[in-house]
Amino acid sequence: MPSELVKREMRTENLPHIWCPGCSHGSVMRALCQAIENVGLERKNTVIVSGIGCSSRAVGYLNFDTIHTTHGRALAFATGIKLANPDLHVIVLTGDGDISAIGGNHLIHACRRNIGITCIVMNNTIYGMTGGQYSPTTPTGDFGTTAPYGNIDKDFDIPLLAASAGATFAARTTAYGIAQTITVMEKALKHKGFSVIDVASICPSYYGRRNKKGDAVKMLQWQKENSVPVKMAQNMTAEELKGMIVTGIFKDVEEPEYTEEYQKIIEKAGGKR
Amino acid sequence: MSMKKLVTEVTWCKGCGICAAFCPRHVLEIVNDKVVIKDEVSCIKCGQCELRCPDYAIWLQEVDHE
Repeated sequence: MPSELVKREMRTENLPHIWCPGCSHGSVMRALCQAIENVGLERKNTVIVSGIGCSSRAVGYLNFDTIHTTHGRALAFATGIKLANPDLHVIVLTGDGDISAIGGNHLIHACRRNIGITCIVMNNTIYGMTGGQYSPTTPTGDFGTTAPYGNIDKDFDIPLLAASAGATFAARTTAYGIAQTITVMEKALKHKGFSVIDVASICPSYYGRRNKKGDAVKMLQWQKENSVPVKMAQNMTAEELKGMIVTGIFKDVEEPEYTEEYQKIIEKAGGKR
Repeated sequence: MSMKKLVTEVTWCKGCGICAAFCPRHVLEIVNDKVVIKDEVSCIKCGQCELRCPDYAIWLQEVDHE
């Protein structure tokens, strides 16, 4: 018998989950459940959408109205759901590959529209489900099955990408800083407009092993020792920030939300919702 | 009076060792790839293990005491 929180928010008949030992997707999923309860979202008004990948398996375990969609398209489905019923709280759970490679275009346009969706990226910097190919967030020089001599691509900084594309809330937390992850998730869930949280997750099985990062405990300890709050990072040089994880809220502003603007168009055209 | 008690579900434990490593009072141990509460009296009920366990195999449960 699991904890009361897990019993309330998850489909316990599907547990234990499929994720590898030490994978932080499980603790991030629990953090989301905790944040949903702390904010007081109602089950009947909450929809959780995912794409494809390890992270996206989460919707099979969450006891909400959930939809497991096609690769990279979670935000497109979520946009449709939100436009059909703007009163719903729509949450997207996705991974780094799903959101920044296959779904990169959907990400920038959801940001640009500032549609009221909360997008949580479980960013483990690798394609875990398919065996460890490098993703757009794999740090330069790191190894993947498709980068046996090291990755020569530059990695995306998802919160900065989202903020510059127009998202009105952009943040990064870590799996080590799971308490901060919960509080930032609460803020994102309450935010009106498009919010993105990049949660630095760990993949001991593929990223960790291939890059000799040690086991799950060592990877979390590394996060602890190499995280810098965003305020402190502002006074650090690019050289000092190399290889560090900058955490905290990068952007939190109010701007017109897409479904509200769309409602005005409906009214202008003489229609009713 | 309500109190909290440390509870485990060992069939869900995958032996990653995160709970034991980040327990501030070294209450937990991994034996044969499963979590074991080796020093319950030292537990300060901080809930770090519950927050960090990726598999929901350990948590603090409310128990009623008279």
